[in-house]
Amino acid sequence: MAALRALVGVKRVIDYAVKVRVRPGGGVVTDGVKHSMNPFCEIALEEAVRLRERRLLQEIVVVSCGPPQCQETIRTALAMGADRGLHVEIPAPEYESLGPFQVAKILAALAKKEGVSLVLLGKQAIDDDCNQTGQMTAALLDWPQGTFASALTLEGQQLTVEREVDGGLESIRLRLPAVVTADLRLNEPRYATLPNIMKAKKKKIEVLKASDLGVDLSSRVAMQRVEEPPQRQAGVKVETVDDLVGKLKEGGLI
Amino acid sequence: MFLAVGARRLRRAASLLQRFQSTLVITEHTNESLTPITLNAITAAKQLGGEVSCLVAGTNCDKVAEELSKVQGIARVLVAQHDVYKGFLPEELTPLILATQKQFNYTHICAGASAFGKNLLPRVAAKLDVAPVSDIIEIKSPDTFVRTIYAGNALCTVKCDEKVKVFSVRGTSFEAAPVSGGSAKVEKAVTAPSPVGQSEWIEQKLTKSDRPELTSAKVVVSGGRGLKSGDNFKLLYDLADQLHAAVGASRAAVDAGFVPNDMQVGQTGKIVAPELYIAVGISGAIQHLAGMKDSKTIVAINKDPEAPIFQVADYGLVADLFKVVPELTEALKKK
Repeated sequence: MAALRALVGVKRVIDYAVKVRVRPGGGVVTDGVKHSMNPFCEIALEEAVRLRERRLLQEIVVVSCGPPQCQETIRTALAMGADRGLHVEIPAPEYESLGPFQVAKILAALAKKEGVSLVLLGKQAIDDDCNQTGQMTAALLDWPQGTFASALTLEGQQLTVEREVDGGLESIRLRLPAVVTADLRLNEPRYATLPNIMKAKKKKIEVLKASDLGVDLSSRVAMQRVEEPPQRQAGVKVETVDDLVGKLKEGGLI
Repeated sequence: MFLAVGARRLRRAASLLQRFQSTLVITEHTNESLTPITLNAITAAKQLGGEVSCLVAGTNCDKVAEELSKVQGIARVLVAQHDVYKGFLPEELTPLILATQKQFNYTHICAGASAFGKNLLPRVAAKLDVAPVSDIIEIKSPDTFVRTIYAGNALCTVKCDEKVKVFSVRGTSFEAAPVSGGSAKVEKAVTAPSPVGQSEWIEQKLTKSDRPELTSAKVVVSGGRGLKSGDNFKLLYDLADQLHAAVGASRAAVDAGFVPNDMQVGQTGKIVAPELYIAVGISGAIQHLAGMKDSKTIVAINKDPEAPIFQVADYGLVADLFKVVPELTEALKKK
């Protein structure tokens, strides 16, 4: 069987457990806040590593777009089992307005350049909550897409994807090359062990610029304002089930 | 004086612009009936001020097209019936939408932010060379939208200067459009482009239930890790039956295999905003709150008084769920 290569996109985001704060002037406080790999990206990467362990993939190239700190995220991915890294460095001012469309253009250009057959991404980033990049990458490449994947089977040039949809699950079959986005249930990502973290330091990270790939970063969607959502008023504790039923009746809820 | 005239002129220019808005709503349906979120998307589309059209593509569209033609506020229903739309694959639907766009030049294209809409719209947007806007909760003007980021912990106002605005609509943020009183023209859509054939729909395994659908239910009862097993979820089903409620779950309950994934409420599951949300044995992690904190009234039943869910609950009961849930069910029976 022809050996396949995969491109896995990983994003550095504020850690999922952090309660974000909105700055009075707009935007979200990111300085001094713990960052880590977007949880859905970890799952996408884990799936790629498993496919390679079953010898269905030959090489995993991991890519992240953003400021220099993204290299830590790429290192983590290398420690989890990716073979080499690509860092598309985006200067801070441009990174502010970088959206899924620009990232999709970069990923599509890299997928062609690296000759990959599979692009694996998370279904959404937990910061912008867009859920767009994978679909747009597939569109730009004219490849089929298997979004919200909870199971993957790779046989020859065919990929069967079980998808998490609103009413339950559905299965689709895609012809490679394809783009797949990972849902939470796809797998349980591994922890990078210390020896693997040490080994990852020797793996290569190539640094590129968007212009090297011919991608224009200008955006026609601008964030005008970021605000706190309305806060809920503090509620009351009730002592017994009867109290609770009484309150709900009062409110006309039951 | 000058300012006043300027403002008036601006307003006139704006209303002139609005007159030329035209919106295409991509209909979500099952070949049998309309999916309710489409009605919420139609309401959002109407707020843009222009003409609203709906595109129905599928293997069987007659019933749905007829249903849609009666929905208030729609001018035109475009029907594309073909076997190639089996499974509503985005690879096949996108060329159809592009052809429709080429014919009618819409200023806006939208759908509900469901699994269907999220899968399809970004693909359409990229093909139109525009950046889409996801899961909007408010329309400020034809080019300015509000959406949530960071699991609902911040509201973001975005201005979209794309030639075509492609966006998905959070169903719970817009009322459903009335399903009668409309009189839309039903027309055949442009000829179906030839099949792309990159992908193939195989099968679906849907969770069957007699309970109301989770995202549109008036009352939702949800369970978390505290339920301890799938069998114990029966307690919640019994309670839900008394309330005619849908049953939801936290990620912990889904991951532990208590219930199927389509019951998950949260940032990565479904977003609900019922009249009454009862969280049972759910701690209230950020990711769960993202999916339910716009509920009108929130009740929390948890034995841990420190659980974050109590910070958003209108009524909290610190108690063992295995004792109080059956009590609550009984109390409701007597009512």
